[in-house]
Amino acid sequence: MTGPTDVSRPTDVTRPVLEMRGITKTFPGVKALSDVQLTVRPGEIHAICGENGAGKSTLMKVLSGVHPAGSYDGEIHFDGEQVAFKDIRASEKHGIVIIHQELALVPYLSIAENIFLGNEQRTARGLVDWNGTLRRAAELLRRVGLREKPATPVADLGVGKQQLVEIAKALSKEVKLLILDEPTAALNDEDSGKLLELILQLREQGIACIIISHKLNEIRRVADSVTILRDGRTIETLPVRATPDAEPEVSEDRIIRGMVGRDLDHRFPERTRYEGEDAGEEALSVRGWTVRHPIDHHRLVVDDVSLNVRRGEIVGVAGLMGAGRTELAMSVFGRSYGQYEAGTVAVGGREVPTKTVPAAVDSGIAYVTEDRKQYGLNLIDDINRNISLPSLSGMRRRGVVDEHHERSVAEGYRSSMNIKAPTVFEEVGRLSGGNQQKVVLSKWIHSDPEVLILDEPTRGIDVGAKFEIYAVIDKLAAQGKAVLFISSELQELLGMCDRIYTMAEGRLTGEVDRAEADQEALMRLMTRDMNGAADRDLTMNRS
Amino acid sequence: MTTTTTSPKDTPPAPAAGEHSAGAVLLRGMRANMRQYGMLIALAFIVVLFQIWTDGSLLLPNNVSNLIQQNGYILILAMGMMIVIIAGHIDLSVGSLVAFVGAMSAVMMVKHDMPWVLALVLSLLIGAVAGAWQGFFIAYVGIPSFIVTLAGMLLFRGLTQIVLEGQSLAPFPEGFQNIAKGFIPEMGPYTQYHNPTLVLGAIAVVFLLLREWSDRRRQVQYELEVLPTGLWVAKCVAITAAVVAFTLTLASFHGVPVVMLIVGGLLIALGYVMRNAVLGRHVYAMGGNKAAAKLSGVKDKRVTFLVFVNMGVLAALAGCVYAARLNAGTPQAGLNFELEAIAASFIGGASMSGGVGTVMGAVIGGLVLGVLNNGMSLVGIGTDYQQVIKGLVLLAAVGFDIWNKRRAGR
Repeated sequence: MTGPTDVSRPTDVTRPVLEMRGITKTFPGVKALSDVQLTVRPGEIHAICGENGAGKSTLMKVLSGVHPAGSYDGEIHFDGEQVAFKDIRASEKHGIVIIHQELALVPYLSIAENIFLGNEQRTARGLVDWNGTLRRAAELLRRVGLREKPATPVADLGVGKQQLVEIAKALSKEVKLLILDEPTAALNDEDSGKLLELILQLREQGIACIIISHKLNEIRRVADSVTILRDGRTIETLPVRATPDAEPEVSEDRIIRGMVGRDLDHRFPERTRYEGEDAGEEALSVRGWTVRHPIDHHRLVVDDVSLNVRRGEIVGVAGLMGAGRTELAMSVFGRSYGQYEAGTVAVGGREVPTKTVPAAVDSGIAYVTEDRKQYGLNLIDDINRNISLPSLSGMRRRGVVDEHHERSVAEGYRSSMNIKAPTVFEEVGRLSGGNQQKVVLSKWIHSDPEVLILDEPTRGIDVGAKFEIYAVIDKLAAQGKAVLFISSELQELLGMCDRIYTMAEGRLTGEVDRAEADQEALMRLMTRDMNGAADRDLTMNRS
Repeated sequence: MTTTTTSPKDTPPAPAAGEHSAGAVLLRGMRANMRQYGMLIALAFIVVLFQIWTDGSLLLPNNVSNLIQQNGYILILAMGMMIVIIAGHIDLSVGSLVAFVGAMSAVMMVKHDMPWVLALVLSLLIGAVAGAWQGFFIAYVGIPSFIVTLAGMLLFRGLTQIVLEGQSLAPFPEGFQNIAKGFIPEMGPYTQYHNPTLVLGAIAVVFLLLREWSDRRRQVQYELEVLPTGLWVAKCVAITAAVVAFTLTLASFHGVPVVMLIVGGLLIALGYVMRNAVLGRHVYAMGGNKAAAKLSGVKDKRVTFLVFVNMGVLAALAGCVYAARLNAGTPQAGLNFELEAIAASFIGGASMSGGVGTVMGAVIGGLVLGVLNNGMSLVGIGTDYQQVIKGLVLLAAVGFDIWNKRRAGR
C-alpha cells in the first residue's frame, strides 16, 4: 500500500475518514460538480443539503464509484489512503455503502436472501449456505432492531421496515461509511424516528454516515455537521453540534439561507382571501364515504368519512402512513382505489357521479397524486402532451386535437409555473422532481376543476420549488377553487391550511381550525385510537 | 468518450450558445428522431446497395411494382402491430387470422358464389369480430395480450383448417384478385406515362411540400429551432425529386398498384389518428404509463379494446390481399406473418415497453425487410441466409437504438 499509514505518527482521532478534494464532474454540456470539497470525520453523521439539482446525488455517485475514477477530476481519500473506485463493488470493498432513495430490494425474495444478494454465503462446496445465511441475517436484524423472521418475503414489509433491511444489508458488508440518500422521504414520522434512532446507534458503533435529506428538522436532530451544496459547488460546512448529546447550534433558517442563497423570511406565502360572491359556499362535500380494501374485503380502509371544503378554502388532511388519506382521495376520484361501499360526493351542493375518472373530472374534481412518477406522468413523453392529456377533448377542433392550441397552453404553463426546461418538448422524465410536480399541477389546473385534491404535493422537492408550489396553491384558493391538501408534513399543513382534518386507521379523528392547531395537537389526533377509547401516549410506541 | 458535440438534451435548462450552425441544427434535429432517420438512411442504403448489386434490376419499374405488391400485406399488418405495441401489447395471432379470413373469403366466394365486394366487407367484419373477441379478453377480463393472442394463434389456425377441410380453395373472381394484383386503370389521352399515376404523384408532391411549409411556419411561430433556409429548400427539393422519380418509375409500367393505394390511404389515416386524434393520444399515454393515463381520465379498457378491433380489421384486410395474391385460400397462409410484422415494428422504432413509435416507422421497418427480401432473392441468396441476415438486421436496428439512447443519456 502506498498511502500514508497510521504507524508512523501518533493516532489522530480527528483525522477525517473521508476527504473529497476539488471534485469536478462534467457531463456533456453541463458542469454538475465544480471543485467540491467534502470532509467527514470518523464516526460522525454528516448531512448534505442542497436544492434538487445542486449535485448531491452526483457527488455520492462519484464517491461510490457509480461514476468511475477517471470520469471526474479531483481526489478522494478514504481511511488514510487515496482511492479510485472503478465501480460500486470497489467502493463496497473499502466499506462505503450507499442506500439509494429508491430501495433496491427484490420483493419476492426473503429478507435473508436480500441481505446477502450478490454476496451469498457459501458452503465449502460453493453452494448457498442456508444455515449461515439465516443465522447471520437474524443477527443483523437484531442489530438494526427489526423484529421479523429472516425468511419473511420483503414484499410483506412496509417501507420503513424495508429501509431497515437495506441497512442490515449494508452492515453485512462491514460498512465503515454509510451513505443514505433521502432515507426518510417515503417514511411516516414514526418510522422516520426509528430510522434516525438507528443511525445514532450506528454512530456509537463507530460507523460514519452521510445523510442526504430535505428534512431539515431531521438534520438538526441527528447530524454532527452539515455541508451545503448549491449549483454544484460547496457553499459551506456548518457544525451542527459539538458533542453527540449537545443541542443543535444551527437553525433551519440558517441552512435554508445556504441552500437557496437568500433569506427565506417566509417559508409559506401570505394567504390571499378569495373575494368572490360565492366565497364560503360549500364546494366539496363528502358524506359517509366508506371503502373496502381491494384484496382483503373485510378491512375498511376508509370508514364513514364525512368532510367538506368551501370555495377559496384550503383544507388539510393529516395522518400517519396507513391512515387512509390517499385511499380516501383516490376512491373519491373515480373509485381508483379499493372497493366502494357507501357514501356520496357533492360538488357545489349537487350530488355528482364519481364512478369513473372521466366522471369525476367532468364533475369538477382533480386529483394530484402523491406518486408523480407512477401515477402522475408519462415520463417518456414531453411536457406539452403531459399537460394536455386530461383536457384533450376540450382542445379539439374539427374532431382532432388542435396542436397549436395545445402548444400555446403548455407554453403558458411553462412560463407561469416557472417550469425550468428549454422547450415544452422536453421529455418529462428528464426534469427535476420540482419541475415534474409543476407539470402535474399544470395538467390538472388546466382541466379547470372546482375542487383540487393535492396528495403530498411537495414530496421530494427542494425548498425553493416548495415555495413556488405553495404560491400556486394559494393562487388557486384565491381564485375560488377548493383545495383539499393531504400532507405528512405538519408544518406545511399549519402553514397553508384554513382547517385541518386528521385521520387514523381509515377514520376521521378530528377537525381543527388553523388558529387553534399546533403540531402536538394534530399528532395527538392522528394517533388517536378510535377503537380503544384510551388516548395513546404522544411519544408513540418506540419499543 | 472523445466526442465533444453537444446534444440539446444534455444541456438543461438553457441551450448552450454558439450552437446554431447549420450542421449542428441538422445533427440535433436528426438525433431527436434518430431511430426513424436512422432507418430511413438504412433503407436508402439498402436500396442503393442492391441497386448496384443487381445491376439496376431492383429499381426497374416492374420490380418496384412487384416489390409493393409483394409486401403490401406485411405493411398493413405492421401498421396495426405498431399501434398494438405502442399501446403496450403484442398480437401473435395475426398470421393465423390472415389465414382464417382468407379461408372464409374463399368459402364465401368460391363455394357460395358471393359477389366479391360483399365477401370483402364480410371478411373485414369477421376480422373486426375476431379483434373484438381478443380485445374483450385483454381489456375487460385482463388476460395478458401475449396469452390471449397466443391462444388466438392456435384457435384461428385450427379454424382455418376446419373451414377449408385441409384443402385449398380457388379461384377467386377477377375483381377480388385485383386487390392484390391490379393497378389503377388508365385514363385520359395517351402519353408516354400512366396518367392517373402522374396526377397522384403531383398531389403527393403538393401535399408533402404543404406539410413541410406549415411545419416550418409553426416552428418559427413557436420559436423552435428551424433548418436554415438553404438546407430547408434542399430538403424540399430532395422530397420532390424522390416522389417524382418514384412516380415516373411506376408510371412507366402499369401505374399505381391498388395495394399501394390501400397502404398509402391507411398510412395517412392511421398516422393522422395516432398523431392528432384524442384516441391516438390516449394510446400513446396508455403505453407510456398506464396508471397515470387511467388517473388522467383515459378509458384504458375501451382504448385497448379498440386497438385490437383495429388490428383485427387490418389483419382481415391483409388476409384478403394475401388470398387475392395467391388466388387461393390455403390452410398454410400467413405463417410467421406475425413475426414479420413485429420485426417491422421494432425495426421501425417501437419500444418493447410501449408508448413509442409511429405508423410511418412501421412502414419504413416493413420496407427495410421487404427490400432485403426482394434484393436478396434477386441476387440469388437462399432463403436460409435471408433469414440469418434479417435476424441480424433486427438485432442491429434495436441495438443501435439502445446504444444511441444510452449515449444521449450521458
